[in-house]
Amino acid sequence: MSEQLIVPVMADVVAQGKQPEYLFWVGSAGSFDDRAKKITRAFVKILNKANVDFAVLGIEESSSGDAAKRAGNEFLFQMQAVTNIEVLNAYEVKKIVTCCPHSYNTLKNEYPELGGKYEVFHHTQFIQQLISAGKIKVANNTFKGKKVTFHDPCYLGRANGVYEAPRDLLNFLGVNTTEMKRHKSTSLCCGAGGAQMFKDAEPGDKEINVLRTEDALATQPEIIATGCPFCNTMLTDGVKVKEQEANVQVLDVAELIAASL
Amino acid sequence: MQYIDNILFVVLLIGAGWFFAKNVKTLIRNIKLGQDVDRTDNTSERWKNMVKIALGQGKMTRRPVSGLLHIVVYVGFIIINIEVLEIIIDGVFGTHRVFQPLLGNGIYGFLIGVFEVFAFMVLVAVIVFWIRRNVIKIKRFWKDEMKGWPKADANWILYFEMVLMSLFLIMNATDVHFQALNHGNVISQFIAPLFSGLSEATQHLIETSAWWLHIIGIFIFLNYLYYSKHLHILLAFPNTFFANLKPKGQFTNDANVTKEVMLMMDPDADPYAMPEEGADEVLAKFGASDVTDLNWVQLLNAYTCTECGRCTSSCPANLTGKKLSPRKIMMDTRDRLEEVGKNMDANNGVFNDDGKNLFDWITKEEIWACTSCNACVEECPVNIDPLSIITEMRRYLVMEESAAPQELNNMMQNVENNGAPWPYNQMDRLNWVKE
Ligand code: SF4
Ligand code: SF4
Repeated sequence: MSEQLIVPVMADVVAQGKQPEYLFWVGSAGSFDDRAKKITRAFVKILNKANVDFAVLGIEESSSGDAAKRAGNEFLFQMQAVTNIEVLNAYEVKKIVTCCPHSYNTLKNEYPELGGKYEVFHHTQFIQQLISAGKIKVANNTFKGKKVTFHDPCYLGRANGVYEAPRDLLNFLGVNTTEMKRHKSTSLCCGAGGAQMFKDAEPGDKEINVLRTEDALATQPEIIATGCPFCNTMLTDGVKVKEQEANVQVLDVAELIAASL
Repeated sequence: MQYIDNILFVVLLIGAGWFFAKNVKTLIRNIKLGQDVDRTDNTSERWKNMVKIALGQGKMTRRPVSGLLHIVVYVGFIIINIEVLEIIIDGVFGTHRVFQPLLGNGIYGFLIGVFEVFAFMVLVAVIVFWIRRNVIKIKRFWKDEMKGWPKADANWILYFEMVLMSLFLIMNATDVHFQALNHGNVISQFIAPLFSGLSEATQHLIETSAWWLHIIGIFIFLNYLYYSKHLHILLAFPNTFFANLKPKGQFTNDANVTKEVMLMMDPDADPYAMPEEGADEVLAKFGASDVTDLNWVQLLNAYTCTECGRCTSSCPANLTGKKLSPRKIMMDTRDRLEEVGKNMDANNGVFNDDGKNLFDWITKEEIWACTSCNACVEECPVNIDPLSIITEMRRYLVMEESAAPQELNNMMQNVENNGAPWPYNQMDRLNWVKE
């Protein structure tokens, strides 16, 4: 992607005496992981198109602490949280949007007790609002009729009960969605949560991401859609293991929308 | 001699009640070994959950077949217990079908008719349950943790219910007067012909025997509960009431850690300050290595677990052959808690260090296999939270023992040094804009 993106940085915007309405929390994956960076860029494209007044923290952003917390390192988590909260509160941030369900969950649920109270949105919820408010128009011919299945990220679905927002977005695109046998509250984890992303799995007879990819492939999709950078990595790897990468793409819902603007 | 039956009955009744009360006391003492946690907020929502999930079996039908069968057994169990009330009154006062004249043949017959239908349906449901476990061998009933006692326990209960229901129907079938009335013998009229060749005296003997066996069976059942997964028929109610109401993704923020972190972040705090006079000098412990480090709701969870395995059969780790089984986490917690309780009983109510802890039951391998996906929590029909126990044990391993897998240590070091779980430079956080 060589499109010119407009990405205001909080420190600069505030220095000009302005207060952005939204903070876009990019997250560590969204900042550093090659695949996730594409999702980040796709989402910014949407933000720009809708003229959303936002900024990112840039080099002032640090790990949300989610991975540390799930791994049991409460110290490290709370140190990260308190440090981030200091920065966010100094900028008087009120509303946060993020593409990562893990950041979404911890910012929304676990930060308030430590002094960070914000209104937090997952990007699928946010995009849904933009569309409902008429801020962006989605062309429904780019992916029309494509066979799509949606994988619910655990930290968006079961953890926070958000099942409809991403599905509504798929509806706007006019794609042909088929649910997997395990979906919504019975969805199967991609295998990355709980800090598993950063370690090898314990001995077993299969990798979790392969099992989940099999669930998805059983719907014979052309696109596996999801809303989490970690799920994306896990399922992309799963599709490779199953040697289906020529037929099946793994894409974030934001990427589908961005390509249909 | 006339009153010997009544006296025998009252003795049995009091004995059963006393034994039951004793078990309940032990149960409450053991649960109270857990740490404090406040679950008194939002009582209206808590009542609602209890009514919906425990009383209304709201989560059972997530698995339609076993869910519907369970509802039959559950409703039957409650309804037939109304009949037990009559049995107890008859037993104590030596009456026979005391409600019959009170209610009139019409209403009484209708009620007994309903009981008979339920008894029959329960019998059928229980037989199907037995077949699912022992003939079809549904996978979740045959996992490692179900060997030995848990498997026997499950079958015992099924046999028990089969016998109790049959006794109830036989009792009615051999009650010659009741059959003659032809009110309410909906099912038993088909059993009666089996006995019709016998003399009235013999039939009466069978009826009385069935009556006694039925009520003795119920007394035994009541006192068997404490030793069985069937404790859930009582504990499902408090368990759903006290369950977590927050979003499932919200883990607790360890308050001991918060205290220390705030101290570290506070520029005015003197790190070398002596603890204040009278301040709690016991060093706070992080996470859980034994049942007494868990909170009392987690311990209540352990006693409530029905060992149904719905959690395990939806656990991604277990589905892919890992050792982790959320059901086993709950069973191990309960078994360890029982061990601690027995230790206390043997030592005048004081726990005598036995050199063991929860990690003798649950291995690190199990603890580290969890993806924190919440599938187990979602599936549990009585709102048990195995994930919260796994999390507390991870906290202990990491913060007290520094015993995380090496790759996780690397990840945490990265977070500490460069604010990301990977070894990237914080200064490169915005590079994605230019790519
Ligand atoms: S939260 Fe952990 S134990 Fe529970 S189902 Fe998911 S992986 Fe299994
Ligand atoms: S924790 Fe819940 S779902 Fe799992 S076995 Fe026990 S009762 Fe069943």
